[in-house]
Amino acid sequence: MNRLKEYVKKNQKMILILILAFAVVFPLLGFEKSTIRIFCRILMYMTLAGSLNITNGYSGQTSLGHAGFFCVGAYTAAIITTRFEVSFWPIMILAGIFAAVVGLIISVPTIRLKGIYLSIITLGASEVIRILALNWQSLTGGSFGIKGIPRPVFFGFEFDSPLKFYYLFLGIALIFLFVSHRVINSRVGRSWMSIRENELAAKSLGVECSAAKMMNFAFGAFWAGIIGAVYAVYVQYIDSAVFTLDEGFNIMSMVIIGGQGTLVGPLVGSVVVNGLTEVLRPIGVWRFVMYAALIIVMMWFRPQGLMGASNSILAGGKVKMKATGKAKRKETTP
Amino acid sequence: MSEILRTEGVCRYFGGLKAVEDVSMQVNSGDIFGIIGPNGAGKTTFFNVCSGIYKPTKGKVIFCGQDISDLSQESISRAGVGRTFQTTQLFQFMSVLENVKIGCHMGTKTKLVDAIFHTKTYKEDEAFAEEKAVETLRKAGLEQYANTLAGNLPYGIQRRVEIARSLASDPKILMLDEPAAGMNRLETDALRDFVEELNSQGQTILLIEHDMKFVMNCCNRIMVLNFGKKICEGSPDYVSNNKEVQTAYFGSGTFGKEAAKYAEN
Ligand SMILES: Nc1ncnc2c1ncn2[C@@H]1O[C@H](COP(=O)(O)OP(=O)(O)OP(=O)(O)O)[C@@H](O)[C@H]1O
Ligand SMILES: [Mg+2]
Repeated sequence: MNRLKEYVKKNQKMILILILAFAVVFPLLGFEKSTIRIFCRILMYMTLAGSLNITNGYSGQTSLGHAGFFCVGAYTAAIITTRFEVSFWPIMILAGIFAAVVGLIISVPTIRLKGIYLSIITLGASEVIRILALNWQSLTGGSFGIKGIPRPVFFGFEFDSPLKFYYLFLGIALIFLFVSHRVINSRVGRSWMSIRENELAAKSLGVECSAAKMMNFAFGAFWAGIIGAVYAVYVQYIDSAVFTLDEGFNIMSMVIIGGQGTLVGPLVGSVVVNGLTEVLRPIGVWRFVMYAALIIVMMWFRPQGLMGASNSILAGGKVKMKATGKAKRKETTP
Repeated sequence: MSEILRTEGVCRYFGGLKAVEDVSMQVNSGDIFGIIGPNGAGKTTFFNVCSGIYKPTKGKVIFCGQDISDLSQESISRAGVGRTFQTTQLFQFMSVLENVKIGCHMGTKTKLVDAIFHTKTYKEDEAFAEEKAVETLRKAGLEQYANTLAGNLPYGIQRRVEIARSLASDPKILMLDEPAAGMNRLETDALRDFVEELNSQGQTILLIEHDMKFVMNCCNRIMVLNFGKKICEGSPDYVSNNKEVQTAYFGSGTFGKEAAKYAEN
């Protein structure tokens, strides 16, 4: 296992290029449209779960309301593109910014709160957003939702098939990963992680925890907004029923199962959870029981998730045990 | 010598408990100022008031001429108050180098945009943090632990890492809460050398310590707290010969017995 890790680390660039090449070529192998749609979903949730991981995994503030930001992004794009003849791309960015602003507003009361209290506020906010979408008839179409959302066009190239959307989702996931990677490996990312690991210490080193948390929330929400916008033009019809708390928990289950505090974690989470959804389709609603069981097992044995940051407080404070184990192994080898 | 930190009649109550009662003191630039006192005397609470973790119930804390009594903990840190904790508060799961790099937070200013586009600011900051962290580790004699997880280190080294981390932020005053706790004699002596070396480079230090040998040899000024009140302040000689301190503290035997005796009088 350790050797594998070392190998991966050494050949990081090559492995990344291989995975990328695979992701580009794979959907061309003659899959059914419905299968391509599943791939689209997986890619979409990679970004969505990834953006939640920014908050939950990196700054350690457990947000349960990610569906709300997703909702804001989707409705922003849907409302504007159905009413005005505008290009989708600036609207997509606008949807992201709008979600980020909402994230910023929600984060204001949360900066003084921690743990469960913070989670409950995000949960409530998510519901408030959904209920607004459901009842603000004139703007959101109420329970009828918004139909006929136009497809995006890129310099005359229309995104009119799942395959084309596959590449759009892939592109966005890549940009998200690239940007997040840069942010995480900077002073900004370090300050987020310092809050997660020990807020008291972070403050004693002059990390402005409130500002950092707000920025963190806004950053995560931005990407949820972006992906919401793409979702809207992908399915061409949205209504508030999509953005329930269930959806929020669905996103969170990917982060928990895949792993928190690493960029790979949510990618794996999306593959596992969406993959299971397909595999377990025959057993119907029982699959939700499976998810629940999976989450419990995960929390028990690997609280940071499959690929989560084992070197973090997310792993449940096991640093000492692991260390002695390692030391012992080293002693016995020579 | 200019004044760095001054308190004026600082009180901190927890309900009916007067943890700190009317403490006035002054730390000058270049001091190694020691605070001693029996367990529960309010030393840590006094530290916490000075560094903004608690607000003073009454009184004022003045740092470099600025009243910081009402500032947040972060703002006080940013003003130049660096500190360590009685129970070490390291980023246990991060390497020693990463710990110290976070200590460079104040000395750098990369924003989200800088990080995304790798602007000049980002590059300068990364280079600065790396360089500063390595240099600080060298200064603290911790180079060989740079890539070890902080939580895996022996207790004494952890304390040193915490000091190094705080030093990386170039504090105007470095406050150490029982830096020698959990260290053996050898480690304690090495720590004393380290503290004195820092001081000789111009670092002002305020420290709490139970180790009398450490305090008496290291500090140029000492304040004694007992039951939240300041009972004495002065040079090590003056303090160790002070009658009141002796009754409260040194007389003989354990602190508890002596403190009880003092309470009776
Ligand atoms: N947050 C708090 N709430 C209530 N009481 C507190 C709190 N913090 C400290 N105290 C009380 O204030 C008194 C002073 O505690 P403090 O930790 O400052 O003592 P100390 O001098 O640092 O002792 P030690 O040498 O054991 O570290 C103690 O009686 C303690 O129980
Ligand atoms: Mg104490």
